[in-house]
Amino acid sequence: MTKTVTDVVCPFCGTLCDDLEVVVSDDGKKLFEVYNACAIGAEKFLHSQAADRLTRPRMRQDDGSWKEISYDEAIEYTARMLADAKKPLMYGWSSTNCEAQAVGSEIGEMVGAVMDNTATVCHGTSLIAVQDIGIPSCTLGEVKNRADRILFWGCNPAHAHPRHMSRYSIFPRGFFTGKGHTGRKMIVVDPRPTDTARIADVHLQIEQGRDYELLDAFRVAFKGEKLPDVVAGIPKEKIYEAADMLKSGRFAIIFFGMGVTQSLGKNHNIDAAIAVTRDLNEYTKAAIMPMRGHYNVTGSGQVWGWLFGFPYAVDLSRGFARYNPGETTSNDLLRRGEVDAVFVLGSDPGAHFPFSSVKEIYNLPSVAVEPHETPTTEVCKVHVPVAFVGVEVGGCAYRMDNVPIETRKVVEPPEGMLTDEEFLDRVLARVKEIKGV
Amino acid sequence: MAIRVNLITGRTIQQGVSMEAGKEKPAYTAACGIIELDPADFKKLGAFRNTTVRVTSQYGSVVVKAVEATQGPHPGVAYIPMGPWANRVINPNTYSTGMPTFKGTPVTVEVAKNEPVLDSLELVRKGCRGELA
Repeated sequence: MTKTVTDVVCPFCGTLCDDLEVVVSDDGKKLFEVYNACAIGAEKFLHSQAADRLTRPRMRQDDGSWKEISYDEAIEYTARMLADAKKPLMYGWSSTNCEAQAVGSEIGEMVGAVMDNTATVCHGTSLIAVQDIGIPSCTLGEVKNRADRILFWGCNPAHAHPRHMSRYSIFPRGFFTGKGHTGRKMIVVDPRPTDTARIADVHLQIEQGRDYELLDAFRVAFKGEKLPDVVAGIPKEKIYEAADMLKSGRFAIIFFGMGVTQSLGKNHNIDAAIAVTRDLNEYTKAAIMPMRGHYNVTGSGQVWGWLFGFPYAVDLSRGFARYNPGETTSNDLLRRGEVDAVFVLGSDPGAHFPFSSVKEIYNLPSVAVEPHETPTTEVCKVHVPVAFVGVEVGGCAYRMDNVPIETRKVVEPPEGMLTDEEFLDRVLARVKEIKGV
Repeated sequence: MAIRVNLITGRTIQQGVSMEAGKEKPAYTAACGIIELDPADFKKLGAFRNTTVRVTSQYGSVVVKAVEATQGPHPGVAYIPMGPWANRVINPNTYSTGMPTFKGTPVTVEVAKNEPVLDSLELVRKGCRGELA
């Protein structure tokens, strides 16, 4: 027989859908089906059941082959590597729960590590902009119940946050948005006519990399001032039309993604986007929100925020927290050869860092704590498979709007497998022994 | 015949699904070891759909399969889904922001019929060992 677990939280993207239903065996050891999830979320749950899943740590041999080792050996290697390093990089922290992030931070403090999370290649530049000029934001509940003007700038939720539009931003009927999508106006700014842009009322097909100019043009258009005939490849009439559409709403929300954070201009693009939001508040209520990618990257920013005062790129190597993006960020450290060991948990820099950084990881002592086999495990010296957070172990995660949600355990991990938190707890205990504290 | 295009990267739902199903599997290569080109750029390149091509920037080079844009038209702009293939060629400079420039890298695309598209693990392994062009 089977049983159905309801109200399961999806550990894939920052939308953190909390209405999944998962069918598991009576003894809770097998997972059979997933309902309500998007294609990516469902695959994440189902992949935990893969027959070829690795269940024991392994170490790279000199001839390039893998040798299975025990958890004790993996803990010893990790603790020694971190304790012996002068400046280790401890990167990732996004596909895990806040409890594990807290233990990891304690290790980082003890060994003088640089702690960085996936915001460094995602919304790190947004965080810099927020520190520059602040952010008028809101929760996704407010968006669902109030927002009638939705602007997606440089993001493609149809692919990256597949249920965002149906749960919060475009289609749901809320308290003041009883007509659902027919009562909302949707604008998309993207250099491609994406699947999100196809359902928009207005699509501005911007010239790639000219976001700052178009954002500034919006500020001009709000005030009714004169624009050049074409800005960033968009005729001025379309800019005025989109600006009027935003101003005429009761509640406007701007969602922005990698199109602005990763293009040239970086944090300055976000500065401009936040300034647009502030200006829009002269005419109506407006808010802005980053489309956070990993399901708990926001949580690692929160945890470090209350522990160290900074959301990412925290350098603890001098015994106190320093933060200087461009210097203490992972890719800059790796490319400049400024770290001497790499510890990765809950992320895949092997696949998502520029190749020059990946090569540097390959040349250093390195540990990857990761349920899957990935390009990161391919370049690391030790690979420690762990339980899937959000599937085989619960814990706290923060949604993209900074709302904490407790994820649920739905199925047992393979026998004898540690969770992130258990592994880190044991590494911490061993580091304390080595350091004699 | 080689063409110059502006390369951007990002998520596709196929990239997300195949990533969660295992990055060592062929589906991940099929989803991410590709470059999406506009029909106009295909014409300039003088190549059929599904031809293997070599994409080169001043930062590196990679062999991927050229497919027609799924979310086009976008003449002059090419798209490789985020992943190790894209990251061989994107601009790694952060310009003191911490963020590599994943979007907006000028690249050259040329037909490379007889070169294989490597899977993600092999690509990273061979790259680290210096076995790739």
